[in-house]
Amino acid sequence: MSWITKTLTSSIGRKLIMSLTGLFLCTFLVVHLVGNLQLFKHDGGAAFNAYSHFMGTNPVIRTIEWGLVLGFGFHIYEAFALTRRNKAARGHGYAQWKAEQNSEWTSRNMGILGSIILIFLIVHLYNFFWRARFGGLEKMGGDNPEYRDYDNLYMAVVSSFHIWWYVLLYVAAQISLGYHLWHGFRSGFQTLGLNHRKYMPLIKYAGYVFAVVVSAGFAAMPLYFFLFTNDLGELALNAPTFVHTVASAF
Amino acid sequence: MLLDSKIPEGPLAEKWDKHKFNVKLVNPANKRKYDVIVVGTGLAGSSAAASLAELGYNVKAFTYHDSPRRAHSIAAQGGINAAKNYQNDGDSVFRLFYDTIKGGDYRAREANVYRLAQVSVNIIDQCVAQGVPFAREYGGLLANRSFGGAQVSRTFYARGQTGQQLLLGAYSALSRQVAYGKVKLYTRSEMLDLVMVDGVARGIVTRNVLTGEIENHAAHAVVLATGGYGNVFYLSTNAKLCNVTAAWRAHKKGAYFANPCFTQIHPTCIPVSGDYQSKLTLMSESLRNDGRVWVPKTVEMAQRLRKGEIRVQDIQEDDRDYFLERKYPAFGNLVPRDVASRNAKMMCDEGRGVGSTGLAVYLDFAEIIQRTGAEAVSQKYGNLFAMYEKITGEDPYKLPMRIYPAVHYTMGGLWVDYNLQTTIPGLYATGECNFSDHGANRLGASALMQGLADGYFVIPYTIGDYLAQTAPKPVDTQHPAFAEAKAGVQARTEQLLAIKGTRTPDQFHKALGHIMWEYCGMARNAEGLRHAKTEIQRLRKEFWSDVRVVGTGEELNQTLEKAGRVADFLELGELMVDDALARNESCGGHFREEYQTPEGEALRDDENFAYVAAWEYQGDNQPEKLNKEELTFENVKLTQRSYK
Amino acid sequence: MAGSNPNAKPMNLTLNVWRQPNRNTEGRIVEYKVKDISPEMSFLEMLDVLNEDLLHAGEDPVAFDHDCREGICGSCDLFINGRSHGPEKGTTTCQLHMRKFSDGDTITIEPWRANAFPVNKDLSVDRSAFDRIIQAGGYISVNTGGVPDGNEIPVPKEIADRAFEAATCIACGACVAACKNASAMLFVSAKVSQLALLPQGHAERKTRVENMVAQMDKEGFGACTNIGSCAAECPVGISLENIAMLNREFIVAKATSNNLA
Repeated sequence: MSWITKTLTSSIGRKLIMSLTGLFLCTFLVVHLVGNLQLFKHDGGAAFNAYSHFMGTNPVIRTIEWGLVLGFGFHIYEAFALTRRNKAARGHGYAQWKAEQNSEWTSRNMGILGSIILIFLIVHLYNFFWRARFGGLEKMGGDNPEYRDYDNLYMAVVSSFHIWWYVLLYVAAQISLGYHLWHGFRSGFQTLGLNHRKYMPLIKYAGYVFAVVVSAGFAAMPLYFFLFTNDLGELALNAPTFVHTVASAF
Repeated sequence: MLLDSKIPEGPLAEKWDKHKFNVKLVNPANKRKYDVIVVGTGLAGSSAAASLAELGYNVKAFTYHDSPRRAHSIAAQGGINAAKNYQNDGDSVFRLFYDTIKGGDYRAREANVYRLAQVSVNIIDQCVAQGVPFAREYGGLLANRSFGGAQVSRTFYARGQTGQQLLLGAYSALSRQVAYGKVKLYTRSEMLDLVMVDGVARGIVTRNVLTGEIENHAAHAVVLATGGYGNVFYLSTNAKLCNVTAAWRAHKKGAYFANPCFTQIHPTCIPVSGDYQSKLTLMSESLRNDGRVWVPKTVEMAQRLRKGEIRVQDIQEDDRDYFLERKYPAFGNLVPRDVASRNAKMMCDEGRGVGSTGLAVYLDFAEIIQRTGAEAVSQKYGNLFAMYEKITGEDPYKLPMRIYPAVHYTMGGLWVDYNLQTTIPGLYATGECNFSDHGANRLGASALMQGLADGYFVIPYTIGDYLAQTAPKPVDTQHPAFAEAKAGVQARTEQLLAIKGTRTPDQFHKALGHIMWEYCGMARNAEGLRHAKTEIQRLRKEFWSDVRVVGTGEELNQTLEKAGRVADFLELGELMVDDALARNESCGGHFREEYQTPEGEALRDDENFAYVAAWEYQGDNQPEKLNKEELTFENVKLTQRSYK
Repeated sequence: MAGSNPNAKPMNLTLNVWRQPNRNTEGRIVEYKVKDISPEMSFLEMLDVLNEDLLHAGEDPVAFDHDCREGICGSCDLFINGRSHGPEKGTTTCQLHMRKFSDGDTITIEPWRANAFPVNKDLSVDRSAFDRIIQAGGYISVNTGGVPDGNEIPVPKEIADRAFEAATCIACGACVAACKNASAMLFVSAKVSQLALLPQGHAERKTRVENMVAQMDKEGFGACTNIGSCAAECPVGISLENIAMLNREFIVAKATSNNLA
């Protein structure tokens, strides 16, 4: 083995990969969340679809996408590798184990939380990403030449967000993500050795805020559509006129 | 045999340097042909093993612990003395030498103590280089404090954990040599006998405490660094496993045992709370800098206090007897350890002791807390106060501490000459295991100094002198002496297992401890000592017919280990009594009630007792023979201590 | 018999103790009753009582490691009621006192559990893996003699204090026992930090951390996932900052050392 593989397969090396990929995925979450905020624009999906079109076709984004795939891949692979190693390190278990008295539940259950997120990720990717990338979505159509050839991902999202179990899965996954980040954010810094008496409290609280904002932001989307809109994505009450106009085009 | 201390000729200050030049050297290429066994891996053992391995010898190091780092050196709190004079306060090698000789009540060898003071400065340098995190001043230089009533600040420290940090330094040096393959480390191996071939030490017999396997190990020389024997009292500040077995086995093979009755009682320990008590915990002596020692003025009041009828807060200032301040106005609460201890015992003997057992005196911080605030007191003693509260459940910020003296250190040990060689050629003793440097009383912060001095800076020179005169031929365990010693160990193990009596080793140990504490403890007298002697003999007899050990010898059997150690304590105890009985004077830790000044202070008899009592084993149940090494003092004037 | 509190009532307790004859035989939990336990006793003194009872009954006493009984040697190592060294914070088993328990309590006592710490017998485990990690590099390579004066290299007080705090580790193994992953990172980080902080340790800074981590992995300890149980259960308060420092030292060493192996 070369020194690189030795380093990266050592206990700290694997943690390093977890940390770097994890923090990288955090940046992805930010981008994804900000982009998805387009969903809340009451324009019948025009802005959202334009955004998703851009994301699906821009060569830079497509390149970064590979990084994302690798990021997820390594994060998940290392998670399994570490879990296996760590389980083996214990060997014989305890008859009594009161870890709740010395540590946070989230910190001890990153694997479970991550697994829930992984299941969600598969469904999510199949439902939206796969269909957007490899066909299966209707075009927006309509009069606006700027929009009409875009895939109407907006509509796919909106209709999905009216299926109760789908919304439930989403919300559960976002709660898991929140807890995952609650520990993961600061843990990533700790693994990189970025722990300083002055800054660690800051990192810790920034992590908590990040976890809450990101997970609440993502969870707000299905909940919003499920609770407040009809199956076209219109606001059930007091929907502005232009929304009606755009919607009636379908 | 005539005792030859082999003290080099010449002026005191030049003896060690001259000696270092005169000792024979082993050719560097030949060093790897010599094997040295080091038994014990505390400060003295680890430092010796590491230093000898660095020189090129093949070292085998033995400990009954699971790791060398568990040795009881780790528990030393206060610090380590060194004549660095970093503080510009008048310290010097001679002053450290003088203080140590005087503190030892003029019962130590001048030449050894002077050498100790000389190499003390090297110890600090060595430890700093190893990464020992000594306390530092803001400018980054080493900090010092004055300790144990010394008039200069020469004590180096790492908070209250100096022993731990020094041991971990020595342990790291040892670990490095283990990694290099120059030291072979045998953990969980207890030395049970010494093997002699043609009159010289040639190896040891050990028992692997996990498997019970009895093993022979051969070497060209054997170093014992097995600590003190304070646990003969059952209750002491020593660790539970500390024992005399290795030293005692060597003694029975011909090594003289010197000054066994010189034991140090430390005044500030947490008192016994019940029969179940397994050990005593020391509270640093520094507490006496600010705490005031007192008991109720009347027996009646003490009785009511013990019964819980009144509380300590109910006792008015006028009803308190600050007995140390009253009797020793000049030194007050800071009198030396032995004086403070003896006075506490006197108060309790009068019936004025406190606590439910009546065996404690108060150490009160109310005044300093009032004067400087609880915060300032916490800065200084926070960890000690926390430890006290953990053990007793009482808050010393609110209630006075209860303290009582406890056995702490044994100045006596295997007799060694200037080279640290015992009366058996090729057998060396270092650290608390030997008798050499502390006379009748050890000064605070000097135990760590001696252990490391012996291991780092004395034995590497002196053992070379012996090895250079030994043929570099390989040694093995083929000689019949090994088989014989091994068979002896095996027979003894089987004997202990076969008795199947009714009393446990701990019960015997407690009974012995009780006798020793009552009759050979803080104060002794001829009548009590004679009584103790017959009691110990009776107890020993009962032990060998009534001790109860279950299980087998081929497994981890902690009862069996304990039984073996208690058996040796039962023999040592009698020798301590003999020694105390033979020393018709009071000095240092040895206080004979018949020999005191009208004020009740220790009365030394330099004319008749300025000697080292070196006891020679004469066979089972035979009285031991007393050999005397006369002590000559050419550089200090013998004076009576006074702390009035 | 109580010392400080004449009214302390003796307790009767039920003990569930792990019994295992030796390394190669499977063990089990055995229930024992102990009577008249004084609240003033230490936990180990309570076990002494049990062992004396067992011995009188002709049974094999419970083997456990202990020595100094003042919280500094690191020998004692019991997993009590699901916690390393029991319920009291910052306390080794030997300093845990029975006043922390109540009459009628059932106490479960197990050995440290980690593959790298095989059970010797009953509650005694083999922690020699820690020694081997230190042997891999937990030292400064200086021979006896020939070192500079202690004051030649000033060490800022703040650095010396931090090094000291890391150096107070007693190698009891509570961190490994409490960690969900049986990771030894807190132990390793304490030594790495101590020697990395001090100027005396700088010469071997990179090789030290590389070798110690390699040995740690070889011994089969788990990897740290920053849970924090270790520091919470550490009887001497070794902080998680040390693990961050270990990570940093390791990453920098791997990235910049000349070691290609």
